[in-house]
Amino acid sequence: MKATCWMGANRVEVREVPDPKILNPRDAIVRITSTAICGSDLHLYDGYMPTMEKGDILGHEFMGEVVEVGPGAASKVAVGDRVVVPFPIACGACLNCERGLYSVCENSNPNAAMAEKAFGFPSAGIFGYSHLTGGYAGGQAEYARVPFADVGPLKIESDLSDEQVLFLSDILPTGYMGAEMCDIKPGDIVAVWGAGPVGQLALASARLLGAEKVIAIDRFPYRLEMAAANTGAETINYEGTDVNDALKEMTGGRGPDACIDAVGMEAHHGTGVIQAYDRVKQAVRLESDRPHALRQAITCCRNGGVVSVVGVYGGLVDKFPIGSLMNRSLTIKSGQCHVQRYMKPLLDHIEAGRIDPTFIITHRLDLEQAPDGYETFKHKQDDCMKVVMTPSS
Amino acid sequence: MKGRSVITVNASPAAVYAQWRDFERLPTFMYHLESVRDTGGGRSHWVAKAPAGTTVEWDAELTDDIPQERIAWRSLEGASVGNSGSVQFRPAPGGRATEVHVELGYDPPGGAIGSMVAKLFGEEPNQQISDDLRRFKQLVETGEIARSDGSPLGSRTQNLVHQHDAHPHDAHPTGDDEPGKGELDATPEEARA
Ligand SMILES: NC(=O)c1ccc[n+]([C@@H]2O[C@H](COP(=O)([O-])OP(=O)(O)OC[C@H]3O[C@@H](n4cnc5c(N)ncnc54)[C@H](O)[C@@H]3O)[C@@H](O)[C@H]2O)c1
Ligand SMILES: [Zn+2]
Ligand SMILES: [Zn+2]
Repeated sequence: MKATCWMGANRVEVREVPDPKILNPRDAIVRITSTAICGSDLHLYDGYMPTMEKGDILGHEFMGEVVEVGPGAASKVAVGDRVVVPFPIACGACLNCERGLYSVCENSNPNAAMAEKAFGFPSAGIFGYSHLTGGYAGGQAEYARVPFADVGPLKIESDLSDEQVLFLSDILPTGYMGAEMCDIKPGDIVAVWGAGPVGQLALASARLLGAEKVIAIDRFPYRLEMAAANTGAETINYEGTDVNDALKEMTGGRGPDACIDAVGMEAHHGTGVIQAYDRVKQAVRLESDRPHALRQAITCCRNGGVVSVVGVYGGLVDKFPIGSLMNRSLTIKSGQCHVQRYMKPLLDHIEAGRIDPTFIITHRLDLEQAPDGYETFKHKQDDCMKVVMTPSS
Repeated sequence: MKGRSVITVNASPAAVYAQWRDFERLPTFMYHLESVRDTGGGRSHWVAKAPAGTTVEWDAELTDDIPQERIAWRSLEGASVGNSGSVQFRPAPGGRATEVHVELGYDPPGGAIGSMVAKLFGEEPNQQISDDLRRFKQLVETGEIARSDGSPLGSRTQNLVHQHDAHPHDAHPTGDDEPGKGELDATPEEARA
């Protein structure tokens, strides 16, 4: 089959690789009909995530048709089912899965010991997302092996198009969880750093959950315009505007009730001394992540507010404003999205027309064009917001 | 040489005890074992994998067997590598799960076998037990051992530095074509059995 392989920093190639096989009884094989590139893939593409191997198949946002089912999953999925596959791999039976914390499933990461050394405790397996998260082949390919197929995949029985439901695999639940963690109350104002796909869907979800005002912060005018047009967000272009001042202005001097970091470890720097500091530390690998947006989300949040972190971080950061966080009674919540928990309720929202995530799709490519897709999305060329690819066969 | 580790398994002490007590299944999650045969009367015959396709064998006896609580064993007189072990099952707080505490001890003789055992077990004894326990937990909770294209054999910390790339492979190596992935590994078929 054809698959998008990571071949080193800033290099992906669509290569011919063997078809996946059932390895475990609860596996299924899915023939992929639609697959997307995520901001998280950019962290791999840019070489920020450790433990990638040359040849790894990328991709964790995919859907398709079940073509083979292991005996342990046959009671729940059948050949021919049309399914959306959640990006965290979760067993459904461990204590964390029982609590709905699927992205920290205790049983799905074969490289748990490696993750344990990096993080203290291991996190779950994730498709196409480094060996720290299990070394699973991803879904920017013609086929994928899906473990625990009796737990994760969501069956689509209505005639919704791929584009309408594809983002249930990741970014719609992620944006929704980002907003849900804000514990939104009537009258709340929610500010979102990053107006990428995750930020857009966090803004839309915050609205759905009752935020009175949502504010988008980014530096790309086309992204801010999309947020304004589709989610009614007020916008701040942080290039040329002091974000803290602007937010105070928009919130009567109080600060947003909740701040969502939808940027993650590769935040673009503002200006000044701290930028130089991060750059030096990162160059010598003393700091792995650039927490510019996170720092700002903390210092801008109103006293007693919530900082919701869905942007992905991989390691360590410096100059973390713990004093601001602690002395002002802020709450931080975070996590890789527990996608399985949100898929069904969000499908209901889509079916009822309360959310339509298709507005973010700007690029529709053939799988073979994945290298172009990565470049265009990475450099935000051609007003790129979200790339969806389809295998030609 | 001693090693220990602990894990919480989401099942009752009775269920967890029963799965462990089925000694012949131990090799499915203890990858250094090739087979365990229950020879009756509290005795069993163990075969462990050793480098270059060789094996080490011994007979063992139960020294303690309290259903839902504790199992302990030790090798019989004459074993080339004296060893003993115990596993305790304690209800986790809230009565929702079982804490499984394992201790293993090896008493390697001098000479070639001794240094081999030291190498097999000694480098990171706790890590090896912890890997075994993780697979045990996976088997009890999910019925299978997590496997990916990058780690087709499931967790084995020694192998983590020698990952496959994460894409399907025509044949999963079980031989010695790759450093660290030698005859010590169970093939997926073996481990799944
Ligand atoms: N928690 C999860 O489960 C989960 C799931 C999916 C994605 N993510 C993460 O969410 C983040 C966003 O993903 P995406 O697909 O939207 O990516 P993206 O790269 O398209 O969007 C990131 C946006 O952040 C903006 N940005 C950069 N620096 C900024 C700063 N200092 N202040 C404000 N905005 C800034 C960029 O201009 C860009 O528009 C990534 O870190 C991704 O890994 C997390
Ligand atoms: Zn993603
Ligand atoms: Zn689980």
